[in-house]
Amino acid sequence: MGVKLLLEKANVPGIRTYDVYRREGGYSAAEKALKEMSIEAIVEEVKKSGLRGRGGAGFPAGMKWSFIAKPEGVPRHLVCNADESEPGTFKDRYLMEFLPHLLLEGLLISSFALGSNDTYIYIRGEYAWVADILEEAIQEAAKNGWLGKNILGTGFDCMIHVHLGAGAYICGEETALIESLEGKRGNPRIKPPFPAIQGLWLRPTVVNNVETLAAVVPIIKMGGDEYAKIGVGRSTGTKLISACGNINKPGVYEIDMTISVEDFIYSDEYCGGIANGKKLKACIPGGSSVPILPANLLLKTAKGETRYMNYESLSDGGFATGSMMGSGGFIILDEDQCIVKNTLTLARFYRHESCGQCSPCREGTGWMEKILQKIESGKGEVSDIDLLWDIQRKIEGNTICPLGDAAAWPVAAAIRHFRDEFEWHINNRELSQTSNFGLQHYADPIHVPA
Amino acid sequence: MSEQTLFKVTVDNITIEVPAGTTILQAARQIGGTVAPPAMCYYSKLQGSGGKCRTCLVEVSKGSEKDPRPMPKLVASCRTTVMDGMEVKNITSEKVVEARAGVVEFLLLNHPLDCPICDQAGECHLQDLSFEHGKSGTRYEFQRRTFKKHDLGKHIQLHMTRCILCYRCVFTADQLTNKREHGILDRGDHAEIATHIEKSLDNEFIGNVIDVCPVGALTDKTFRFKNRVWFLKPMDAHRDCPSCSGRVTLWNRGDEVYRVTARKDQWGEIEDTPDGKPGWICNSCRFDKKQTTDWVIEGPREISRQSVIAQGHYAGNIGTTIPTETFAAINNGRTPHLLMDIHSESEVNQPNIHLGENEGPSNSATFNNNINNA
Repeated sequence: MGVKLLLEKANVPGIRTYDVYRREGGYSAAEKALKEMSIEAIVEEVKKSGLRGRGGAGFPAGMKWSFIAKPEGVPRHLVCNADESEPGTFKDRYLMEFLPHLLLEGLLISSFALGSNDTYIYIRGEYAWVADILEEAIQEAAKNGWLGKNILGTGFDCMIHVHLGAGAYICGEETALIESLEGKRGNPRIKPPFPAIQGLWLRPTVVNNVETLAAVVPIIKMGGDEYAKIGVGRSTGTKLISACGNINKPGVYEIDMTISVEDFIYSDEYCGGIANGKKLKACIPGGSSVPILPANLLLKTAKGETRYMNYESLSDGGFATGSMMGSGGFIILDEDQCIVKNTLTLARFYRHESCGQCSPCREGTGWMEKILQKIESGKGEVSDIDLLWDIQRKIEGNTICPLGDAAAWPVAAAIRHFRDEFEWHINNRELSQTSNFGLQHYADPIHVPA
Repeated sequence: MSEQTLFKVTVDNITIEVPAGTTILQAARQIGGTVAPPAMCYYSKLQGSGGKCRTCLVEVSKGSEKDPRPMPKLVASCRTTVMDGMEVKNITSEKVVEARAGVVEFLLLNHPLDCPICDQAGECHLQDLSFEHGKSGTRYEFQRRTFKKHDLGKHIQLHMTRCILCYRCVFTADQLTNKREHGILDRGDHAEIATHIEKSLDNEFIGNVIDVCPVGALTDKTFRFKNRVWFLKPMDAHRDCPSCSGRVTLWNRGDEVYRVTARKDQWGEIEDTPDGKPGWICNSCRFDKKQTTDWVIEGPREISRQSVIAQGHYAGNIGTTIPTETFAAINNGRTPHLLMDIHSESEVNQPNIHLGENEGPSNSATFNNNINNA
């Protein structure tokens, strides 16, 4: 059994209510932080913990907090990014649905540390019922004196507001989220200035993921140093992984980042192996926008070492032979899955979700989708593969926000690792409409040069 | 006033000193020539514009004197401010040239390329951009997105099919007029400029959106299909206008004023008035004052010799040269039997007969028929 910090109490009946949460030791970290610790000490603990942003980019949270500008007389804001829209990722929903008070406690401590009197939870519109749960929890917390004016007699005021998005993936990008929260069209802003200097209503703002903010609670409880001992290297603490796809036990798992990918997929504690006795073909290890990996590169790195479920190991080998931890949306594809179709599905998603602000992403995503549709429907040419490669190269890095990159990476990785399958689709136009390329050589051990 | 801090910035190996806070694009424009990156969405007179089209991407090979690390990605020069000692590569960087060609391809992907029937042809930024940085063919083989034409009020037509979503008109309407009436609907490649539920734009300064539009998406309905810009002679003129500066360019053919626009500088942006404010013009100057008698004409406008508008109009800055030779002198003493002005009415050129009504090649017999039937 791995260490559980966030989901430790998730199975306690009634943990969603304030009374049970408090009885189980809830809000003790907030009490400790507000009463006994200084603002600097809290930021220091978070820095020491080595907590990295759980939203996808993996940027150290303590460092992000220390960047926030503190001009005199200007209010600061903390915004919780609960716009979890990455296909394959559903860890935040689980956390908010079952442990709303854990998030509120984390938000309270973080708001105190950042000096935010008005803290916002920007939650995606499709999570309307979760927003209701959060609203209820906020009312309970306020009734018990954890939110509102003069919390615990410290003179610190804090209110948490829940704001529902309107169903746009792009609003998960922090500056687009801020725009949307301000009531504008959710277009990402051009950076700099960064939100830490000019964010919500041009005030200094920190935007953090739900899981990151929830992780602040155990960090304060156990101390940053203790937290940093869990995990390995720069991947400290625990990470929620939302596993889905062709596995026996899909769900949200908390791991301590020392487990190998193979164990995670095949052990009964976690995914429980591939469903229906099929074989593993490929995996998208960190939410739809990270590069897909074939089975042989997923379980072992290009150097022949075991691959572990942590930031460093998953990105070992760069994009050529590695991937990313991302947001923890672990999608498993078995031997019956078609990579071309999978890539088309992702490309369609990114085309639909591009905000249309900058030209490479607006036009490029649509073009990639059309070409993939052409290949998938058995009308492709071999030159289309090179064209796709060229398009993704021209989108990547040339856009305002990371959505362009997120749209380019899955296509790039699919072509890089599964070019055979694309060519098979093109060369066997009729056959590809009725049958599947299958597993082929994608699970074969790769030759490791000595 | 204290002296401004000057930053030294090098663009394509040419060094210039600019005040702190200047963007790379502005610095490069001060150097001028090919050093200045093209800009489709940036408009110096509009706050918040820029950063969207990505044609002005440049490579920063040295961040600054203090922090000489290069920037990891290409940056939008219109929204990146210079640092002291910064070194920028524009056309000297292969990466930039390649990325820019890519952006041009993306911009043209859904653009109809209907230049032969587009009123913007000849003064279209996208036309210039694709000529300078684009390729002659397209690799796109799918249907382009199309929209219906919309009338935004009495004088402006929106042809979304040509739009490249630069947001300039949105910023113009937002910042120039006190009511925000139009914006972007939808997202991605199906995003469109629209007024909500077909509302008309009837603000007194809304005509300026035509001037800021880099392509032919927003056109002047009083000028549409009347003439090609390169047949017209731009003349600087002014009038005493109660609501705007009244400093305009008239586009004439003969005595007739075909259209009125604001004066534009070499970057295609509105010129400043002598008191340093942007020279936006009002709708009545633009759409209603179409007589030469309405205006005090200052003289022919200087047009860059590279521009198609300059074709055959002016020799240098002197103005029109009237030929001094007579026909007799050229033809060794012989005078022509008949000298016909194609603009004047004659037996074969009758204004009430539309040439398009003739089927096939016309000869005098068809004209006679037409005249008899009319």
